[in-house]
Amino acid sequence: MLRTALRNVFAHKARLVMTALAITLGVAFVSGTLVFGDTVTRALRDASAKNLKDVAVSVQAASQRSSDSEADDARSTALTSDLADRVRAVPGVTSVRPTVNGSATLAAKDGRPLNADNYGQNLATNYSPDTPHSDRDSRFPVSAGRGPTTGEELALDRRTAEKAGYAIGDSVRFATNGPALTKKLVGTVDTDDPRVRAGGSLALFDTRTAQQLFLQEGRFDELAVGSAPGTDNQELTGRIRELLPANGITVTSGAQLAREQAERIAENTKELTRMLLGFAGISLFVGAFIIANTFTMLIAQRSRETALLRAIGALRRQVVRAILIEAALLGLGATAAGFALGTGIATALRPLLDASGLSLPDGPLVISTDTLLRALVVGVGITVLAAWLPSRKAAKVAPVEALNTVDQTPPKRSMVLRNSLGGLLTGAGVLTMLYVSTQKDGADTNLKAAGLGSVLTLTGVIVIAPLLSRPLIRLAGAVTTRLFGVSGKLARENALRNPRRTAATASALMIGLTLITGLSVTGSSTNAALKDAAVRGLTADYKVSNTGFAGLDPALGAKVAEVPGVAESVPVASSNLGARGKFAALTGADPQRLGRVSDLRFSSGSLADIGPGKIALSDQLAKDTGLSKGDTFQGTLGHGHKKELTVVGVYQQTRAVGGAVGTMGDVLPYANGGKLDSILVKAVSGRNTSGLDQDIRKALGNSPLLQVQNQDQLTKAQSGMIDTMLNMMYGLLGMTVVIGVLGVINTLAMSVFERTREIGLLRAIGLDNRGVKQMVRLESVVISLFGAAMGIGTGIFLAWACGSLTRSSLSQYEIVLPWARLGLFLLLGLAIGGLAAVWPARRAARLNTLRAINAQ
Amino acid sequence: MSMQAAAPVPALPSTGPAAARATGLSKVYGQGETRIVALDSVSLEFGRGRFTAIMGPSGSGKSTLMHCMAGLDSVSAGSAQIGDTELSSLNDRQLTRLRRDSVGFVFQAFNLLPTLTALENITLPMAIAGRRPDRQWLDTVVATVGLSGRLSHRPAQLSGGQQQRVAVARALASRPEIIFADEPTGNLDSRAGSEILGFLRDSVRELGQTVVMVTHDPAAAAYADRVVFLADGRLTDELHAPTAEGVLERMRRFDTGARTS
Repeated sequence: MLRTALRNVFAHKARLVMTALAITLGVAFVSGTLVFGDTVTRALRDASAKNLKDVAVSVQAASQRSSDSEADDARSTALTSDLADRVRAVPGVTSVRPTVNGSATLAAKDGRPLNADNYGQNLATNYSPDTPHSDRDSRFPVSAGRGPTTGEELALDRRTAEKAGYAIGDSVRFATNGPALTKKLVGTVDTDDPRVRAGGSLALFDTRTAQQLFLQEGRFDELAVGSAPGTDNQELTGRIRELLPANGITVTSGAQLAREQAERIAENTKELTRMLLGFAGISLFVGAFIIANTFTMLIAQRSRETALLRAIGALRRQVVRAILIEAALLGLGATAAGFALGTGIATALRPLLDASGLSLPDGPLVISTDTLLRALVVGVGITVLAAWLPSRKAAKVAPVEALNTVDQTPPKRSMVLRNSLGGLLTGAGVLTMLYVSTQKDGADTNLKAAGLGSVLTLTGVIVIAPLLSRPLIRLAGAVTTRLFGVSGKLARENALRNPRRTAATASALMIGLTLITGLSVTGSSTNAALKDAAVRGLTADYKVSNTGFAGLDPALGAKVAEVPGVAESVPVASSNLGARGKFAALTGADPQRLGRVSDLRFSSGSLADIGPGKIALSDQLAKDTGLSKGDTFQGTLGHGHKKELTVVGVYQQTRAVGGAVGTMGDVLPYANGGKLDSILVKAVSGRNTSGLDQDIRKALGNSPLLQVQNQDQLTKAQSGMIDTMLNMMYGLLGMTVVIGVLGVINTLAMSVFERTREIGLLRAIGLDNRGVKQMVRLESVVISLFGAAMGIGTGIFLAWACGSLTRSSLSQYEIVLPWARLGLFLLLGLAIGGLAAVWPARRAARLNTLRAINAQ
Repeated sequence: MSMQAAAPVPALPSTGPAAARATGLSKVYGQGETRIVALDSVSLEFGRGRFTAIMGPSGSGKSTLMHCMAGLDSVSAGSAQIGDTELSSLNDRQLTRLRRDSVGFVFQAFNLLPTLTALENITLPMAIAGRRPDRQWLDTVVATVGLSGRLSHRPAQLSGGQQQRVAVARALASRPEIIFADEPTGNLDSRAGSEILGFLRDSVRELGQTVVMVTHDPAAAAYADRVVFLADGRLTDELHAPTAEGVLERMRRFDTGARTS
């Protein structure tokens, strides 16, 4: 039987190529993900190991506040120079490198901020020479110039300096938390730090300057301890631990630290790999559909051959086995190709990432046997599994069918069972989703219900698709008949001829489009809600803020007011407010002036009633706490300061203001670091506001951490992330759609093959080449549109049902259908239909009329 | 008769102008060693309003002759004309249009579209051409082949004989210049076969249709007004107003003649 299987693989190679391609793409996705994941893990692990190579013991200090005052947010640690000297005196210790860590965001030479949105990646630390007498810090090999030695100097990593356009000797502008500072660039260094590689920057200061900027003079974040060769580092760790105060200081051996970091890295990349594998899984699921469909078609076509085998004595089991062997061979070939392709993709990703500024630490490509095995199991396993059901059908072919000379249409098998099962599944899914749509928060049980409901609905629609195909394809066919006459009508009839096949083909497309539509609808709805939240209730033209957490100096409000063209400059502070066990943000501002940059709708009281000790609550907070106008309560401000507060008004909640409003005097002392949250700016009315943002920036010292955003930019800042995420998802799900297209091509090729005689007849009685092509093309379009319509419909439904779950965290969430995008998806269905038909249609049109008529 | 069999027979005059004409028609397949001459300079006219049968043993070239005359296959040398149109001068598009508008086909294996009803199959050539069928004519044709009650059936719901009647009706419905029937009774039992042949003959006698039929069955040939005999790609003989016995007799003579030559 092996020989029969082998022959069959080769006999139908053209058609099997499409099937194999579906597997190949899925396996490529899986193996590419695994190889890339391993490569990233290895590169990051190597980089971290290199950093820790000379660290025998690491002493890390926790951050603490330097004083108890809210207004002073200076950071400190328990690690003093004194303690560092004590560690240095421990026998076996050869070196101690004390470090200070912080963040510094640079302005490029032309003034624009560098990577200000991700300032956590903009590292800063002290350049700490290996020994007091050397000027080399072996962590950061100098590539040009030298390390910083005075408070007026700094060094940057080479890539950052290039990106910012700075050369040695230039004055570099940067900010660590607030105002812009300037220091002279004296050198550039190389670094392998993944955060810097991934688009961040690195600034190095001499130790004293770093302490002044980020800590307190004489304090450190960390000591990296080197030991003499042959020292028992474990024992050394213990000795150092005994020496230091236990409170706020952790002592870890270098080996332990390396292990922990490696684990953390593996955990992080595993997360990413798992997500990618999820998408790969969807692609493979669609691929399995296509394989099952192809084998069903092949087996139907071969039924006479099978019957002959049975007639001459092949057992059912042997028939099944032959088909499974055929599937395994196909899966094996496709997996090999997919693995090679996946490895290629993983290799190509590195230069691609480099080009996009998200580069990885250097390292070799890692192809583990584990990856190879998994690819094999997935590729071959899925192919064989998908061929199993059709193979059972083949075995049921009666030997007597071999004797039938005239080809007959196979008896229509009853669809009652399938339709009822599909109806049940769809019903259960829809009911579950309707239940989900009544839930108001993203609790774990709700998420699980949503997941279950989505899977049930999707499966149900797939099972019931043949039933749906009739009315939907008739509808599409009515259009094609009207537009294209007889070829449109024939296309419709052909698409209706085998509802199972049509449905399976359309379902493969549907899965991808359901997910894409669901994500698009959710994305656009979230975007709309976020945009609304970002600017609703805000009438200011500009919002000035700090991209970091440090806030703005209260004195800056007056500076902004002096800028020509500014009509109103309203400093706003923010603090925590605890009221009857609920927590909300309390906004502090001059109540009168706040009214000029925001639009608050009071249901009782007004802004004018707000004064010292008198605050207004949002309707949401009033409802949650049960407080109303006239109530007095014991509030908690900042870090646990009690204060008696009276409610003087209730307004409709907006994100611009938050849960409560009080005076600046009541709020600022409890605000983070005693700093402003933002300054809201209203321009002089009638004046062209263009350029005002730059004027404001300049007036405030143009710190790279400074943000001056108009309403448009505020909105975009919210939606940008979602758009990026959506685009990424489109890319990942695109693979699923591509595989679906392969399925359409496959089905059409099979249709053309099966209908050779009919095509011959049509040609004989006067349908020209163009008509034949059009017939095939329209069949393809009708099937694809059917898949697209099912996908878009299901996607919208699922997104609608899940929408309510976000309502607790995003109160403005309402379903917003991205019509343009949905229209685009429908057009995509149309285009897929046209594209998939190119090859089969050409084949159909090239058939020799005479031979086609007389074909078996 | 062997002498006559070897020499090409000149075209005999027929009543009225010819509906189709072959002049020195040759068809060669392959090259060199594998070269096969399927038709060797055949000249022949198919009279308008006549029922002509082409007979001959397997491999005699009778099907090839029909395919060439119907514009389904290209010609190696000589000319094939339908009406005044020279087929070799037409490109694929023009040939397709000619088949659609001027030629009707009946094939051995019925060749109906399984997805269309009987009526839709009958009117298919007109649907392809984008023409409305002539209602009255359609009724006449349908009545002639006796399909009135079965027009909404699909081919799978019809017997072999009924399917072939649909095929005949399809060929007649667009009133072509000429109908080519390729072994139309080959897949039918004798009763259904004689029905089909009767319809073809009636269409000639009563509706004035021109029919050319390829067959190897003397009984089928007997329905024709004229039988032409083909052997080894050459025209060898012909018979007017044939009877089954007469055709059988000619075939037998021809067989022995071929064997002795």
